[in-house]
Amino acid sequence: MQSETKARVEQLTSPAGAPVAVLRFEGDIASTSKDAVLGTFQALPKDIARLVLLDFSKVDYINSSGIALVIQLLIEAANSGQKVAAFGLTAHFTKVFTMVGITKYAALFATQGEALTAL
Amino acid sequence: MSGHAASAAKATTVEVRLPSRLGFEKVALATAASVARLMGFREERVEDLKTAVAEACINAIEHGNRLNEKLSVGVVLSVSEDSLEVKVIDDGKGMKRAGIAAKPDIDRKMHGEESARGMGMFLIQALVDEAEWVAGTGGNSSYVRLVIRLDKEQ
Repeated sequence: MQSETKARVEQLTSPAGAPVAVLRFEGDIASTSKDAVLGTFQALPKDIARLVLLDFSKVDYINSSGIALVIQLLIEAANSGQKVAAFGLTAHFTKVFTMVGITKYAALFATQGEALTAL
Repeated sequence: MSGHAASAAKATTVEVRLPSRLGFEKVALATAASVARLMGFREERVEDLKTAVAEACINAIEHGNRLNEKLSVGVVLSVSEDSLEVKVIDDGKGMKRAGIAAKPDIDRKMHGEESARGMGMFLIQALVDEAEWVAGTGGNSSYVRLVIRLDKEQ
């Protein structure tokens, strides 16, 4: 019943010239999204992907289990010295991410352009 | 809602019965959102309600009915003139909640001192106007009752 979460990785360069790995999610972010969220992140080469952007612009349902997966991703990123930011969340999920404190460890931006400029 | 529509809405209830399978909470949240929009709730409040109903259903499926697909989760939406009440009923023993669910401590989660999960009750309480957990008598039919009120300026 839960829609499959799709994830793909795109390599971009920030305006400052830094390589950025963008994880683009599509579908629900829920308990069934572990492979898509954590698996995709873990497959990134840690020595190259120092900056990671999470793209939620094609996600319209995130539940607390999905938020927990994002927190687990942030824990792994922090442990390996990677910087994570996110963009494309709806106003509601921007509020929810802020309420649970995620913004302390990952900045949220409205658009990819804003995120890349800030990284 | 006002006038005739409001008085007609006083007795309005909508019921949904879900299998205890994760993912089916989306049926409940879509139903709740449809009812809330018919009542004239702002879209921001509809989104709050959707997340609260989803989390209540997930708790009922996972913790109340322990993912036993022979059991179902009942969702009863009761429309009144100025509020929408949602009861999410399971066959578990229920959790008696007194006071306010603790805000997730992101620092403790990030340092592995508490589970990354466990935010559902906090989100429910934070997103609706009232949230009450009621343990069923005889060890079953527990429910969580949520209320979201129409703002006066709506």
